Amino acid sequence: MSNAKKMMYINRKAPYGTIYAWESLEVVLIGAAFEQDVSLAFMDDGVYQLTKGQDTSGIGMKNFSPTYAALGDFEVNKIYVDKESLEERGLTLDDLQHLVWEDEDEDWAEKDSIRLVSRSELSDVLADQDVLFNF
Amino acid sequence: MLHLVNKSPYDGSSLNTATSIMQNGDTLLLIEDGVYGAVKAGKAAPLLEGHSVSVLGPDLAARGITEDKLADGINVIDYAGFVDMVEANDKVQSWL
Repeated sequence: MSNAKKMMYINRKAPYGTIYAWESLEVVLIGAAFEQDVSLAFMDDGVYQLTKGQDTSGIGMKNFSPTYAALGDFEVNKIYVDKESLEERGLTLDDLQHLVWEDEDEDWAEKDSIRLVSRSELSDVLADQDVLFNF
Repeated sequence: MLHLVNKSPYDGSSLNTATSIMQNGDTLLLIEDGVYGAVKAGKAAPLLEGHSVSVLGPDLAARGITEDKLADGINVIDYAGFVDMVEANDKVQSWL
């Protein structure tokens, strides 16, 4: 992993009104096969992508929200959620899916993937990346 | 007049513009990402005060928003109700 670049996908759109969220998820899953150091950020309306209980049967679109739970299996386990964006929308961490990954260095202990961060913490995480992808 | 808003109030000014231009007797219908504006705990909820507001149920369900999360007095309708509202109003203004 010494040549691995730190890549962050920044998600700022709600899930069904535009195609950005779905496209981002597809690119993340494809990119996960290339053994890079991948992080995801969810901010602004992007935080809506992770909400629980989505049921798209009434609008004729695919519900892709269950796919976020698979990210941990692709070693995508650094998921930063912007606290300010949640608060502005009246959401808390409890409104989001509980995303986890299994740490093989600790006997496959289950750990949380979501890290709730302030705007300034997110700023530092962004500054530390090699490549940023925006959706 | 029926006012339609299909954008999130947190990603644009549609809801703000629509609610500031609505007159007595006008109705607002929130669809697609516009339904996020109907959530009581959200910062945009005060924009709806004093207005007649409906929201499209299938778009709420798609986004995981249950009816108990909505601001008070909001009417949840289905697609047939959407058609009825369009028919009942002389004009429809879509704030795209």
